[in-house]
Parts: sequence; C-alpha cells; structure tokens
Amino acid sequence: MSEEKYIPKSKLAAWFDSRLPLLTLSHHLQSYPTPKNLNYWWTFGGILTFCLITQIITGLVLAMHYVAHVDHAFESIEHIMRNVNYGWLIRYVHANGASMFFLAVYIHIFRSLFYGSYKSPREVIWIIGLIIYILMMATAFMGYVLPWGQMSFWGATVITNLFSAIPFIGESITTWLWGGYSVDNPTLNRFYSLHYLLPFLIFGLVILHIWALHVPGNNNPIGIDVKKNSNETMPFHPYMVMKDLLALLLFISVFLWFVFFAPNVLGHPDNYIEANPLVTPSHIVPEWYLLPFYAILRAIPSKLGGVIFMFAAIFILMLLPWLDTSKVRSAVFRPLYKKFFWVLVFTVILLGYLGAKPPEGIYLILSRLATAYYFIHFLILLPILGRYEKTDPLPMSISDPVLDKPGVIDKIKKAASKYEGDNVSSFK
Amino acid sequence: MSKEIKPKRRDFLFTATYAIGAVGVGSAIWPLVDQMNPDSSVKALSTTEVDISSVEPGKTITVLWRGKPIFIRRRTKKEIDEAASVDLKDLKDPEKDSDRAKNPEWLVMVGVCTHLGCVPLGDKGEYKAWFCPCHGSHYDTSGRVRKGPAPKNLEIPKYEFVDNNTIKIG
Repeated sequence: MSEEKYIPKSKLAAWFDSRLPLLTLSHHLQSYPTPKNLNYWWTFGGILTFCLITQIITGLVLAMHYVAHVDHAFESIEHIMRNVNYGWLIRYVHANGASMFFLAVYIHIFRSLFYGSYKSPREVIWIIGLIIYILMMATAFMGYVLPWGQMSFWGATVITNLFSAIPFIGESITTWLWGGYSVDNPTLNRFYSLHYLLPFLIFGLVILHIWALHVPGNNNPIGIDVKKNSNETMPFHPYMVMKDLLALLLFISVFLWFVFFAPNVLGHPDNYIEANPLVTPSHIVPEWYLLPFYAILRAIPSKLGGVIFMFAAIFILMLLPWLDTSKVRSAVFRPLYKKFFWVLVFTVILLGYLGAKPPEGIYLILSRLATAYYFIHFLILLPILGRYEKTDPLPMSISDPVLDKPGVIDKIKKAASKYEGDNVSSFK
Repeated sequence: MSKEIKPKRRDFLFTATYAIGAVGVGSAIWPLVDQMNPDSSVKALSTTEVDISSVEPGKTITVLWRGKPIFIRRRTKKEIDEAASVDLKDLKDPEKDSDRAKNPEWLVMVGVCTHLGCVPLGDKGEYKAWFCPCHGSHYDTSGRVRKGPAPKNLEIPKYEFVDNNTIKIG
C-alpha cells in the first residue's frame, strides 16, 4: 500500500517495533486512507465490531452464573434475572445484543449489495463476511437453546432434525448431534461449549475480514477506484473514527431503548415456560433474524427439498461476485439494478413476515412466490442485467458528482470571498 | 526433459510417511468425533414397561421413551375400520394398518413428526387423528402421513405385549 511509512519517535519505540511491529500496525490503522465520500452506511463495520465485543463480554459474565444442565438451566436463568447483581441488565444486553448484531449485519450486507462492494477485487472480503454471518447464525441458534425454555427445546429439535433429511446418513448425523435419541442433556452441554467457542472463531475471521479489506481499501458510494493518498482520501483517524463514533452512539441509543423499555419484545413468551419434551408449542417460530430462511424451508413441499433450498438461499450469496457480471459497482449508476435491489429488499422482508405466519392458505402461496423470486433475482436477473443493462456514465473522480452540480463552485467562491480582507491566512 | 521420471526410493518413503501420518491423525480424531454419539448411560435406558389397563377405548396415553414421547392409543371400532379401509395407492408411504398394529385395538407409535420432530396433536387434522402444528402434516388413524411435508408415517417402535395389561417398549 502506498501509505507513508511509520517513523518511530523514540529509540525505545524503534527498538520495540523492529522486534514486533505493533507500532507500525497501529500507525497503519490510523493513517489508513479512506475515500472521503463514505456515507453513514459505511459505519456499520465499526458498529458490528462493537456488537461482537459486547456479546463476548456479557457472555463471559453470564457464563459465570449459568448452569448447563437440563435440571438447572432454566432456573439458573431466573437466578441470573432475580439474584445476581445487575444480572437482569447483563442478560438483557446479551439477548437483545444478538438481535442488534443481526440488525447491523443485515444493513451491512445490503450496503454491500447496493454499492457492489462484493465485486472484484473484494470477493474474498465478501466470502469471509458470509462465513462470519453463517457462524453468527449458528452461534445465535445455540445460544437461544441455553435458557432451556419451550422455544429453546423445540427450536433445537426442529433445526437439528433438518439434518435427518440427508439421505441414508441423516438419522445417524442427528443422533450424533444430539448425543442421544432426542434433544437432551448431552445436547445442551455441547451447545453450551460451542456457543462459547464460536464467537472467538468469529473474532478471528473479523481480523481476516479487515485484513482483506485493507489490501484494496474501501469501496465507496460512487463505486469507482480511488487513488490512495490523494485528495480523494482521508486518514481513518480521526475522520472516519469520529463518523463511526457518532453512528455508534445513535445505534447504542436504539439498542438501549430495547434493553430498558422493551427487553422481551424481540423474544417469544413461550421461552419463559420450561422445556417439555411431551408438548410442542402450537406455533413454533425462530428468532426474527432467521425468519426469511424459515419461510423458504416451509415453502417447499418436501422435506429434503426444503432443507436444500434453505441452505442454497445462503450459499448462493457466495457466488454473487460471479453471478453479477456488471462491471459497474455502485447501484447509483445502474438504473435497473437499483429497482431490482429494492424489490429484493422487499422480498426478503416479506419472507421474514411470512416465516412468522402459519404455513397455510395465502401465506403459503406468497412464500412460494417470494422464494421463487429470491432465486430468480440471483440466478437470472443479475446475469441478464450484467449483459444488457445500460449503465449511466461513471464520473472520473469521487469529487466530480459533488463539484459538477450547478452553482457549487460559485458557492465555494462566494464563501471564500467573505473572508477576503479578514486575516484568515490559513483559509487561502 | 522428455524422459519419464521414475519414482525413487525417497518418493516411496515420502508417500509411506504421509499414509502413516494420515492414519495417525485419523485415529486421533475419531475419539473426538465419537464421544458425541450416545453414551452408555443413554443407551442403557432403552426399555420401558407401561401399564395400559386403565386406558379406555378412544383414549391415548403418552409415555416417555428415550426422551421421546410414545403414543399408546386404544382405538375405537370406527377408527380401526377407517384405517383398514384406506386404499394403499392413496398413501405417500404405503403401509397396511395390520402391519402397523399387531393388535388392531392398540396403536403404539413414536409421537414425533417425521418432518422435523415436533409432537403431533391428537384428535386433530383432516383425518381426526394426528396433526403436526409446526409445518402442517396430517396423519390418519393408523398414524400414516396423508398430507403435508412429512415424508414418512409415524414410526412404530419395537414393542411387545408382556401380558394383557402391560406393553414393553424397546
């Protein structure tokens, strides 16, 4: 990268940095050139890092009080809520933190879809991001099982039974996952162990995600390549750091609103009933962030087919950099793609709504249509658009769209002229 | 350089080392994988005896076996006739009722939907028998799937009548 080199300020720093270049790394992170036109949709990377760290810290503390045993798990959650000092706060932050994490990750993913951030040369960043997303879903699912309520138990039963759809070896796989013949104590114990492990794997992948990002640098709303260390970039610190912090504060406000005023609104009341292997709740729904995939699972009238389509809906995203053949990254210059992007957003939200409804009548018909459209978008529309869409002309630099607006130059000149005569030498 | 390269003694040693190494790694990993399978204490709980003397015709009792609910239903005459009269061609997973119930009066099944493992509700659904609320599978009075995403009939566990009033499951 064409950044200015780190020059140690003291002998000690030079001594240390030549042995372990942490100071060089820190300097790189601060002076890392970012496009100056990044908008607020670019602040969600920082917000997601915050979410991950919050989940790890609150989870670490909860683990000090939680008991992973079918006879004690449910009680130990109530113990945390009633007896442990600030236990209610820590648990509500952890539980709502999961929802906030997914809210942020969905915005982050759709940001990439809109601005074409997954395209060359950023395919590896995109794929690592998707692996993080898949691990997040696994982690959240196993975490939801730990309170050992009715939704925990039956959610775990339904999801682990997905594997029984695999021909021939499916039954053995589910038995292996359970450590028995149904979801029971061995299942709870291993889920707890893995729920503790996976966030650290995610943390490692986040480092790779950022590393891969720092090779080509950020995409930007215009989507054209930016010359690094030119007047088109600004150092990450303090410019982007300040912007990220402002967005983070707003995000935390929403987060805390849920924690303090509606801590259970994103959960399901049935999970305050202890797990009972003899009674299935009349209406099983997963957490909201998994609903679109659940709708796809139920839309297909075959067990194996439903499972295949559900996993395909996730894995198809891995192929996105090659399915979208358009060379233009940003939807700003793709008049047709821009429309289809919003149709896709609507479809995914619709699938989420349908996932929460019973699979019958009009809901079932709509889920089938929405599922079909989801796959058509990626497999048919994107390759066709890449070929036939007439894109708008791209600007030569990221400054052009701002400066080219009629009257902007005059405005700047006028503003500057106000200072004529004043002793503001720095302005000129 | 068109001469064919003959494998040398050293290549053989490399290949042999890789092979032994792979076996070593595999045998080290297997215990780590197999520890997740059902342990001896879980396997030990494999039979249950149930007293069925108090079950009236048209009633079902549910007992727990291997952590799963087992439905034991004393069927009415009407239910038995219905189950026996179904044309096998109409079934997704064709099975005769007489193959599913040793004694037609008693139907013993694992109460776990073959779709994704929920417990079906009794006396519900289009066949007035079992209906799974999770994803809408309907089962008939013989526990055979008639409608919905479930691929198979409700499973019949291994069981036997110890005497007139007792069933041993497992």
